[in-house]
Amino acid sequence: MTKTKKAQRPPLDTLPKCPTGIKGLDEVTGGGLPQGRPTLVCGNAGCGKTVLGMEFLVRGSTEYEEPGVFMSFEETEDDLIKNFTPIGFDLPALIERKKIALDYVFVDRGAIEETGEYDLEGLFIRLAFAIDQVGAKRVVLDTIESLFSGLSNEGILRAELRRLFRWLKEKGVTALITAEQGRDTLTRHGLEEYVADCVIALDHRVIDQISTRRLRVIKYRGSVHGADEHPFLIQPTGISLLPITSLNMDHTAPTDRVSTGIERLDTMLGGKGYYRGSAILVSGSAGTGKTSVGAHFVDSACRNGHRAVFLAFEESPSQIVRNMRSIGIDLDPWEQKELLRFHAIRPTRYGLESHLARIHILIDDFKPAVVVIDPVSNLVSIGSISDVKLMLTRLMDFLKTYEITTLCTDLTAGGTSAQQTEIGLSSLMDTWILLRSLESDGERNRTMYIAKSRGIAHSDQVREFLLTDNGVELVDVYLGTAGVLTGSARAAREALDTAQELARRNELERKQRELERKRTSLKAQLATLKAEFEAEEEELQQAIDQEVGREKALDYDQRKMARLRRADET
Amino acid sequence: MGGRERGPADECNDETPDEGVWNLRLYVAGQTAKSIKAFANLKKICEEHLAGKYTIEVIDLSANPRLAKGDQILALPTLVRKLPPPLRKIIGDLSNSERVLVGLDLRPRP
Repeated sequence: MTKTKKAQRPPLDTLPKCPTGIKGLDEVTGGGLPQGRPTLVCGNAGCGKTVLGMEFLVRGSTEYEEPGVFMSFEETEDDLIKNFTPIGFDLPALIERKKIALDYVFVDRGAIEETGEYDLEGLFIRLAFAIDQVGAKRVVLDTIESLFSGLSNEGILRAELRRLFRWLKEKGVTALITAEQGRDTLTRHGLEEYVADCVIALDHRVIDQISTRRLRVIKYRGSVHGADEHPFLIQPTGISLLPITSLNMDHTAPTDRVSTGIERLDTMLGGKGYYRGSAILVSGSAGTGKTSVGAHFVDSACRNGHRAVFLAFEESPSQIVRNMRSIGIDLDPWEQKELLRFHAIRPTRYGLESHLARIHILIDDFKPAVVVIDPVSNLVSIGSISDVKLMLTRLMDFLKTYEITTLCTDLTAGGTSAQQTEIGLSSLMDTWILLRSLESDGERNRTMYIAKSRGIAHSDQVREFLLTDNGVELVDVYLGTAGVLTGSARAAREALDTAQELARRNELERKQRELERKRTSLKAQLATLKAEFEAEEEELQQAIDQEVGREKALDYDQRKMARLRRADET
Repeated sequence: MGGRERGPADECNDETPDEGVWNLRLYVAGQTAKSIKAFANLKKICEEHLAGKYTIEVIDLSANPRLAKGDQILALPTLVRKLPPPLRKIIGDLSNSERVLVGLDLRPRP
């Protein structure tokens, strides 16, 4: 490496970090845990400390070539192996390959006679041995506070703990220490005094019968870190932290378009459909056909070879497929070809953050181009409106970063103004399609119009929205003097129109026929006149001929007489 | 250090443990002030209360770290009464004789 001539300012964050490999945690901590230093992980019972510790080690050994030692004060080695098999950590294999060493330290909770001066050198010896056995670079002590219940001389204990953490630092291992959360203090026995470089708190709360897990970086000396709570899940593959989505709104805006699946709707949207990567809201009261619009979109996407995810919060996938088949959309083949994946779950099953985390995982895994969320309004049953809006903001941001075109359906209460969605979602969306049902003359008809579509010159006209055997069809509404007519009123009006048209045409034909007749009559008259004329002409001609003949005859006679009389030729 | 020290090799010489013979193990971490003191204290107590019917084994964990895990030793020095059963554990340099005797069940618990 060549040295630069000018002395450069070192980057602000020069603390070396140890990447954990845990999904989302490295992002939240800005690279991982402090390298070669101890990190404290505290939390109440069952919050996931042991899982975090073990995953830190397992990923360290499998992904970062850093073997580790797990010193457990609560569970035996066998229990640990058993507990982590469902998470997919093959501990026996790792132990055999000398990637991980497990050590269960039994702390006698009964009174051990303390007969004088002692220290915890035994612990050090064991730890040193285990570290040397595998060449460990990572160590987890879970939970070292158990020592407090086994040994009564706190003075010695605290002195030894201080020594332990110094020793760990000297050894150069990145240590993760777990502790129970205290009532007033961070940890029950005040371990935060000794482990002050980095403190992470885990929380496992149950709110309204729904449990959520959260992680928060309380302290990270020498590093800039986010101080927010991050929800996480413990999945069959380990811990999954919800990453901080770019609420910076710095995602790019694609300019190409995708078809809506409904031809007339494409036309209404400037001729081409939605912008790719945009967010579409389809709102309407019950039974207006929102899911159908979503299904058309999915169908069109899959037809073009793109993957789609259908998040169903109300109906089961088979129900949706069946219902859509009744209007001529068959989603089953796409599901078979793995182009379409359904994710159906009742909102009340998990908390909002869990939903968000699960959706993240699904999308990261399946990588769709299109996502339909049907309906989005159901989520208010598991959180306040502002919570839901926040969760959806994060979700939409996440989806936009990946340029996924999203269609959300929103059930609005029938009575309220159509322009007001229950959660004020429309500001998050780029295109807003409103479905309304109009009641008139004992009949209910559906109409649709585009309330807004950012960046597209969309049609402002209301169309009648029909669910036919061939899917959704958009029909022009009747704009007459009586106002907008839909449904059978329109049909009636159209029939009337057709009848009037027919009548007019008939009238026209009649007039034409009359003209024709007159012409014919005129022609006939002319013919008669002509005939008469010809007859007369003939007569006259005959008379003329006779006259001429007589004259000729007379002339001949005269001449003959003259000849006979031998008169002079005159 | 005086007295007979038993190494692990001596274990196999025991065929039938005598009912009265006490089998004591002292875990230390090398020759430190604490370990020397503990051994001295132990000898004294044994001579006083178990004369003739005891054996002391000294295990140096810094030489045999594997045993620390196997025998679940945390604090050092630790004295373990292996025989007669039940197993008893005492930690410390054994300077508090009263406590040692109570811990070894040589004196009833107050």
